[in-house]
Amino acid sequence: MAEITEDTVKHVAKIARLDLTESEIKKFTQQLKDILEAFKKLDEVDTTNVKPSFHPQEIKNVLRNDEPKKWKWDSLANTKQKEGKYFKGPRAV
Amino acid sequence: MTKTENILKKAKDIQKKYSCFVTIADKIDTNEKGKLRGIAVSVKDNICTKGMMSTAGSKILEGYIPQFDATVVERVRKEGAMIIGKTTQDEFGFGTFSVNSAFGIPKNPHDIERTCGGSSGGAGCLTVLADFPHIAIAESTGGSISCPAAFTGTVGLTPTYGRVSRWGLIDYANSLDKIGVIGKNVKDVALLFSIISGHDPMDSTSLDVKQEDFTKYLDGKIGGLKIGIPKEYFEKGVDEKIKDLVMKAVKKLEELGAKVEEVSLPNTDYALASYYIIAMSEASTNLAKFCGMRYGLQPELKGNYDESFSNARKEGFGEEAKRRVILGTYARMAGFRDAYYLKALKVRTKVIEDFKNAFKKFDVLIAPTMPVVAPKFDEIAKLEPIEVYMMDILTVAPNLAGIPMISVPCGEVNGMPIGLHIMGDHLQEKKILQVAYAYEKVKK
Repeated sequence: MAEITEDTVKHVAKIARLDLTESEIKKFTQQLKDILEAFKKLDEVDTTNVKPSFHPQEIKNVLRNDEPKKWKWDSLANTKQKEGKYFKGPRAV
Repeated sequence: MTKTENILKKAKDIQKKYSCFVTIADKIDTNEKGKLRGIAVSVKDNICTKGMMSTAGSKILEGYIPQFDATVVERVRKEGAMIIGKTTQDEFGFGTFSVNSAFGIPKNPHDIERTCGGSSGGAGCLTVLADFPHIAIAESTGGSISCPAAFTGTVGLTPTYGRVSRWGLIDYANSLDKIGVIGKNVKDVALLFSIISGHDPMDSTSLDVKQEDFTKYLDGKIGGLKIGIPKEYFEKGVDEKIKDLVMKAVKKLEELGAKVEEVSLPNTDYALASYYIIAMSEASTNLAKFCGMRYGLQPELKGNYDESFSNARKEGFGEEAKRRVILGTYARMAGFRDAYYLKALKVRTKVIEDFKNAFKKFDVLIAPTMPVVAPKFDEIAKLEPIEVYMMDILTVAPNLAGIPMISVPCGEVNGMPIGLHIMGDHLQEKKILQVAYAYEKVKK
């Protein structure tokens, strides 16, 4: 397994859209190392031919009829950032 | 002063010393009809309440006012409950001590220098202090109902995954989250659970199970019941005095006619790592939607969307949330996904099999809820994240398996309450409630 470095943390933070301070990067790097080291324990378990459990019990896909329904809520009720009927977002590029 | 004004005044007095609320209702709408008439119900802050701020304990949701009630809230309102407010919690449920909260840290009523546990800490705290009829709606992902119930000396029920609708819950980890109940006694818990459980078409993972009145099963009779004692739950790290009290309680159940035998759940030791990898992976995807634009915290939009969203998340997430987003994102990344995320899901299958095998022979399993009594805040401050995660060793496995569990008070160690953890097979809430009730009665 690749070693966790400050660059790894910076890279992951970028993907996760999270600005971290220099001291957070330092701290998280060490903590991530410790946590993942402890989690290595899973390697002891033989999981050959074991299926992954995405849920505790088997869950079936539930579908409803594709019929239009009136939206009951005002989607813009909780935002300050709007213009007319639209959300106002940051520029795309 | 009217009855409802009096309750709100009491809630405010409790809040001054113990910080168990994020929000207290301005006024209470009463409905004199229904099974919960005259009962105050508090709601954990990650469950949406119409017209009342719902933050999940996170600054990124500060000011968010839902336009709808979660299914559980709608159901209790229909039965005449008075919604008195929203209880404090670790941000999004990320914690064991309710210290990772943006809106106050609840203090343990038995000793204010100690934690109430987490993440439903406010719910446990208020349940002890309310001298008016009160039941709390709480929520657990990896132990967030059992832990505060044990640390505060209350009764906490975590239902089978899917038995209570999650519609209107601000998700932490979708395959693990369960809304449940904390109450003063088993009867209160059974009452509220009977009302909030049952199928809901608004939640695609809701199990097709009808509503039932669980209070009618509470008769104190458990003759012939088979109790398994999982030996791995009495090993290293569990306080000897807690083990003794739990075994004394088991003895009492034996005297009532239960048969007791030791059992092994061989994959117990691996549940913690499996749980945290899955929980963090799911959390990191759930938290992707919070970008400071549509609701909650809304800093000024600046730069392009990457810069703007990254900045809002920096401001809005607390340290533990950031840590889990980083870890969860890492565990799902190309190249690591098989080694961490997929491996954890396979180990989860083994943990579930352990329980399924045990329940072929036993009706319930009994263990201590937490390995220690509620720690002091100054002790918590010294713990590294991995040491905090280790506190959950006894609660993560049943949560990972989605089986129902209930923690009932079982005596005190050094003046602090401890919990007896009763676990049942999927959908066997009836059995665990019966055992909990029988114990509660004989204990008195």
